[in-house]
Amino acid sequence: MADSTRPLTSQLLPDEQLAPLLASYARSLRKSRLDFMGFLAAMVVLIFLAAWMAEISPVLFFTKLGGFTSYFARLAHLDNGALVWSDPVEWFWGWKRWLRLLGETILIGYTGTFIGATVAVVMSFSGATNLNKNSVTRSIVKRFFEFCRTVPDLVFALVFVVAYGVGPLPGILAIIIHTIGALGKQFTELVENIDMGPVEGLEATGAGRVAIARFGALPQVLPGYLSYTLLRFEINVRSATIMGFVGAGGIGDELMLSIRRFYYADISAILVIIIVTVYIIDILTSRLRYSLQGSLSS
Amino acid sequence: MNAPQESWPKPDVKALTQAYPNIMRPSLGRRLTTLGLCIASLLPLILAWQMFGISWAQLVHGTSQLGQFVVLMFPPTPERFFWLFLHALGETVAIAFLGTVGAAVLAVPFSLLAARNVMPFTLVRVVVKRSFDTIRSVDTLIWALIWIGVVGLGPFAGVLAIMTSDFGAFGKLFTETLETADTKPVEGIASTGGGALASLRFALLPQIMPVIVGQILYFFESNTRSATIIGVVGAGGIGLHLYEEIRTLEWQIVCFIVIMILITVAIIDQISTRLRRAFIGI
Repeated sequence: MADSTRPLTSQLLPDEQLAPLLASYARSLRKSRLDFMGFLAAMVVLIFLAAWMAEISPVLFFTKLGGFTSYFARLAHLDNGALVWSDPVEWFWGWKRWLRLLGETILIGYTGTFIGATVAVVMSFSGATNLNKNSVTRSIVKRFFEFCRTVPDLVFALVFVVAYGVGPLPGILAIIIHTIGALGKQFTELVENIDMGPVEGLEATGAGRVAIARFGALPQVLPGYLSYTLLRFEINVRSATIMGFVGAGGIGDELMLSIRRFYYADISAILVIIIVTVYIIDILTSRLRYSLQGSLSS
Repeated sequence: MNAPQESWPKPDVKALTQAYPNIMRPSLGRRLTTLGLCIASLLPLILAWQMFGISWAQLVHGTSQLGQFVVLMFPPTPERFFWLFLHALGETVAIAFLGTVGAAVLAVPFSLLAARNVMPFTLVRVVVKRSFDTIRSVDTLIWALIWIGVVGLGPFAGVLAIMTSDFGAFGKLFTETLETADTKPVEGIASTGGGALASLRFALLPQIMPVIVGQILYFFESNTRSATIIGVVGAGGIGLHLYEEIRTLEWQIVCFIVIMILITVAIIDQISTRLRRAFIGI
């Protein structure tokens, strides 16, 4: 029992054979510990550098953080000082207007997803290495997808608001552009992973490009396309909630107004509406995705 | 492909239809369902057109204006603000970095509370998981506005906003990673008499670490993108300048800032891909 700190092998090997093994074990352990320490030190330096860059000091952090709880306490109270859930009618006083704005938000998300996905479907075949042998058009399509998804959708919305005027249209267009970029990439990857048998079969019958895409590739990628599109719909509804911040329609405008004017009960009411909606859409789309996967794969 | 067209036998459509009725003639019900689904999915578009009062005139006018803006964007120039923009961009990256690291550090312990194979109490698990979902369903920009209300304008609110919304996303991802971890190492540790802490450190952590590091690096890249826009509401970074220049229609500067953002995101993408390969070895 006195040897309980020694590794188990010590009971199987004589000491002279064991010594080099233990030494090498200790060496590798020391090395990995040193690596870890080095990593940790680098992280600490980077964190301090970033905190200096973002003008954050630990003092500020702790003095300001106390405000968080009091802010949330204010969110939970009506103007007359009562807790919000004690009087739901008063809390959701603007529900008619908010529900209409919410419908607008969902519609922006839906329209953006639908049109964006349609464009992405058409373009994805010309972006795929296995279906489009022309490397020039292929890389143009891929760069286009990259541009569409790297520039944040809110930046597009800002520019579109100036061009098309305030309203839901710039929001829809911004979401369309972002959806083309995001789905285009995912769709292209799906097409690049298909079984080439059906495509070769169609080529052998002399089918054209459209026929090859429609009958050779599409049946294979359709379940994946639908699944990604449903996921994107949820993301797009969420980003449609903020389009109103820059005047591009939806409930965001109302939310920003109440935050800027410190209508605390309104803020929490609108937040609850948004959270519940996103939650429902999340559940519905994931149900739909599972049933689609079940029905299409069988 | 090169065979002369005349030599090809004409397909006997009738015989084929008789031999494979299901493929050649799908049933009326199936066709109607497909058609119905197509029409139903198009209806909201018509509704949107009506409800939002979109007109062709607006579309044409807007697009022509957009075309003008694009022409006005070239050549891109920072005028005399290059160093100001570079500093703001540095701030953006700093916000993304601090937000990601902070969220990851916070999310690890909470994901342990939500994982089925670590936390035995269902109630705790459900509460933590639902909190992750709730936090996730609020956009980063909304969190930014809320945090501005708490700590005031500036990059600190931005860091907190990214931290909060990523906390929800990381929590969900880490929990899933934990729950799909192999149970054999855990059993192995238990068989040598190791406690819960030992099994966490030597059985679960080595399994989830590569995935977690990969996710963190991936999020750092995508957060750099979100950090570029939180300035729009006043939470620090390049977004504020971008917003101002768009509002004052300085298209050449706008274009320059967008190019700066694209380059920065590309660099971060490269770095995070390299690091991911170094850590995970793929």
